[in-house]
Amino acid sequence: MTSLLNRLFGRAKKGSGATAKNRLHFVLQHDRIHLPPQRMEAMKREILAVIVKYLVVDQDRVEIALEQRDRSHSKLVAVIPFAKEKQVQIELGPAVAAGGSDSNGAGKASEAVSDDDLREEESSDSEVGEPLAEADETSKSDTDSEEKDDKKT
Amino acid sequence: MAGKVVTISSGKGGVGKTTATANLGISLASLGKKVVVIDADIGLRNLDIIMGLENRIVYDLVDIVEGRSKLRQSMIKHKKFEDLFLIPAAQTRDKMAVSPEDMVKLTDELREEHDFVLIDSPAGIERGFRNALEPADEVLIVTNPEVSAVRDADRITGLIEAAEKGPGRLILNRIKPELVKKGEMLSSDDVFDILGLSIIGIIPEDELVLSASNSGVPVTLNTDSKAGMAFNNVARRLTGEDVPFMNLEDDPGFFRRLVRLIEGL
Repeated sequence: MTSLLNRLFGRAKKGSGATAKNRLHFVLQHDRIHLPPQRMEAMKREILAVIVKYLVVDQDRVEIALEQRDRSHSKLVAVIPFAKEKQVQIELGPAVAAGGSDSNGAGKASEAVSDDDLREEESSDSEVGEPLAEADETSKSDTDSEEKDDKKT
Repeated sequence: MAGKVVTISSGKGGVGKTTATANLGISLASLGKKVVVIDADIGLRNLDIIMGLENRIVYDLVDIVEGRSKLRQSMIKHKKFEDLFLIPAAQTRDKMAVSPEDMVKLTDELREEHDFVLIDSPAGIERGFRNALEPADEVLIVTNPEVSAVRDADRITGLIEAAEKGPGRLILNRIKPELVKKGEMLSSDDVFDILGLSIIGIIPEDELVLSASNSGVPVTLNTDSKAGMAFNNVARRLTGEDVPFMNLEDDPGFFRRLVRLIEGL
């Protein structure tokens, strides 16, 4: 009945034209950056694999996606939420590991160089909402501090 | 006189580049402009037959570039318009016979005495397309409301921008308003959204285009043709005139729809 009414009043229904538009939006995003969907998925998995080496994140809510306003302004936007309960474990980390001499040194070093990071983590954790971090910032600074850790130990 | 070089491209073949070039040439000439159209599709000569000039060809683009013929004697004058000329593509030559620099040199000479130099680019993104792109002041991209044509138009758009010839303007060819209305065809707004290019022309599907090609008399010369009118509007926009888009929707009204619906039951 509604389709009859729609036809009578000349209302457009959603047809294959809308499908065409969606498919084109998707494929052109990938065409424009010369990265096909399969490779993009592989890249996302690799990025995530690196991040989880250093951070405990809520993998179900990770979003890494292309954002494109027009062809000359594309960017990759990553939203990497931390896993909330695990975050507490990370904070407890240095204190728990204080026993051994090796890990003790590492703990101190990491405290010394990644003070800012810790503060960031604390502040984001203290927010009652979802603690979110931009992947590029967090992973970069974290990698830096880890490199310095390695040198000291 | 410093004429404008306009290249008509598409990426995908068969979307109506040559038809668009022929019609824009005729339209501009009928607006009193001095026009040369160049068929840059070496090896696949087409523009001459669409324009009804296939029997007059003596020399071609490669002859000019290689210095075997003088420019003036190689240009074929249109039957109806004193100031419309065609430079045909070579039929049997190697594609590499013409370089982008040759095209720049040729069009610089043509610019002196003409308002518009239109270049019909070959399909694809290779040498022929580069030849057509290099001398362009402006690029028109012809596409159809169809996924593969739109995708190729986007690819071409990227290359045009990389060559700093952009942004191109879009001619959306062969649109069927009744299918758009049913939601079964991309609309001009959809294509604009997807490609982000400004649209210089929306050409409705029109059987008269085929008749026009058959007889070698481009459809803009047929005053009954909606496609012809739409091409005329593109030509006027090219000259800088602000021309509103035609209303392509033929809304049959409530009672006509009622009749159609009852007939359809």
